[in-house]
Amino acid sequence: MSFNSHLDTLYRQVIMDHYKNPRNRGVLEGEHVDINMNNPTCGDRIHLTLKVEDGKIVDAKFEGEGCSISMSSASMMTEAIKGKTIEEALKLSTIFSDMMQGKDYDDSIDLGDIEALQGVSKFPARIKCATLAWKAMEKGLHGQQGQS
Amino acid sequence: MNVKELRQLFPILDQQVNGKPLVYLDSAATSQKPLPVIEAIDNYYRQYNSNVHRGVHTLGTKATDAYEGAREKVRRFIGAASTEEIIFTRGTTTAINLVAASYGRANVREGDEIVITYMEHHSNIIPWQQVAKQTGATLKYIPLQPDGTIRLEDVEQTVTPNTKIVAVMHVSNVLGTINPVKEIAQIAHKNGAVVVVDGAQSTPHMKVNVQDIDCDFYAFSGHKMCGPTGIGVLYGKKHLLEQMEPVEFGGEMIDFVGLYESTWKELPWKFEGGTPIIAGAIGLGAAIDFLEQVGLDHIAEHEHRLAQYALAQLATIEGLTIYGPKERAGLVTFNIDGVHPHDVATVLDAEGIAVRAGHHCAQPLMKWLNVTATARASFYLYNTEEEIDALVSALKKTKEYFSYVF
Repeated sequence: MSFNSHLDTLYRQVIMDHYKNPRNRGVLEGEHVDINMNNPTCGDRIHLTLKVEDGKIVDAKFEGEGCSISMSSASMMTEAIKGKTIEEALKLSTIFSDMMQGKDYDDSIDLGDIEALQGVSKFPARIKCATLAWKAMEKGLHGQQGQS
Repeated sequence: MNVKELRQLFPILDQQVNGKPLVYLDSAATSQKPLPVIEAIDNYYRQYNSNVHRGVHTLGTKATDAYEGAREKVRRFIGAASTEEIIFTRGTTTAINLVAASYGRANVREGDEIVITYMEHHSNIIPWQQVAKQTGATLKYIPLQPDGTIRLEDVEQTVTPNTKIVAVMHVSNVLGTINPVKEIAQIAHKNGAVVVVDGAQSTPHMKVNVQDIDCDFYAFSGHKMCGPTGIGVLYGKKHLLEQMEPVEFGGEMIDFVGLYESTWKELPWKFEGGTPIIAGAIGLGAAIDFLEQVGLDHIAEHEHRLAQYALAQLATIEGLTIYGPKERAGLVTFNIDGVHPHDVATVLDAEGIAVRAGHHCAQPLMKWLNVTATARASFYLYNTEEEIDALVSALKKTKEYFSYVF
């Protein structure tokens, strides 16, 4: 059933799948980067844990509370950055940010599921929901860069 | 009260949003503005814009008369004894902060208590947290009943002779609860405390009389009662305001200025440093005229009917939880099982319906309700039962939509 095609550009099937079946949900144990972030205007929050070895993200998990957009974006983000170097992950974050702002973005990298979030750019009030997890990731990795 | 005719006075309501007629159900966040208010502000800027209290020239006198005339309208509107007790502020937040920074810091000591409730808006929590931190006082919370009301026994239990300030909202912006502020004031006074009432959600919707409540301070905002943003009011009892120090210093609020010492103007101007919010006050005055013309009793009755209708209609939706008591002001806060309130608000917006989603600046209350966020539909004099029908029908579609995409 679809009563509104405008909404269908936002709530894509793959987003709902990540919302309902989030990947990498939980908290990493052992040595890891720990980031808590919230969106004070709406109450969404994310707790992101990253395992970084030799400049590479070898594992990522998240837990938190929020809407379908913020939680699915967190699920997709953790999936996308696993196995990537810090630089690659931050590059991906820039691409995602450009995509959210409706700018032209570097399409040489295969974005996979993340592409489904493109529709969020048409809903300005929801962009902050989508970028929360990515901002948390950036914050965590910037700290790592400073250390190396 | 003829709602159809009243709606004609609100030009913003006559528009399509996302291809659907706008259904504005977010007046608890900010109300829409009727033509008399828009025109009063427009007229001020077109005809007699001038600074107040200093011009010898004609426009200056006109502006001063309009600004001080608005103060008199506010005095009458809330039943204060004198215009000396009416201070214009930027809004409710600034008004409460003024009491906290001036009265609070001067009168609260280590070991004293400040008492608030679990349902307060952040603007009536954080100023008191700050006073408690700075003075070493204890901040205490009056508990809530499961239906989101306050029992006077609990007020009696929480307020003690060590309590210096009791701060409570008149009407909850989330639960719609109408608090017994008059009785709370009696309990506070019996214990030697002053009472600060947050009237942001009451003054737009019901008759308020500060002398009848016998509160010591009463704060409210213009923009929630058909007035413009950027103007609000602090009412304070004269003998309290007289002993209080200003919190903002500069032009307009001074009597004599020396090299090292200065003295302040009389009430209420000693609290109004800098060029005041002239257009805002004039707009608020026009809003008061408008509300009084419609009749606060009629507005309260209309909203009560809408709230009761909404409660009954929303109860027909399976999996929908409503927060707050049955007897309530004109708003309904709710959640739908399995659909986050942001998603609810986005789907409703696609149907032209504006509601609020989030924590409503009441995080401690959200914690008490054991939710992270809720959706809220709030009503005003221009809303209709048909609009509530539109809300209910859109919520049913929302449920279907999300059960499909899941």
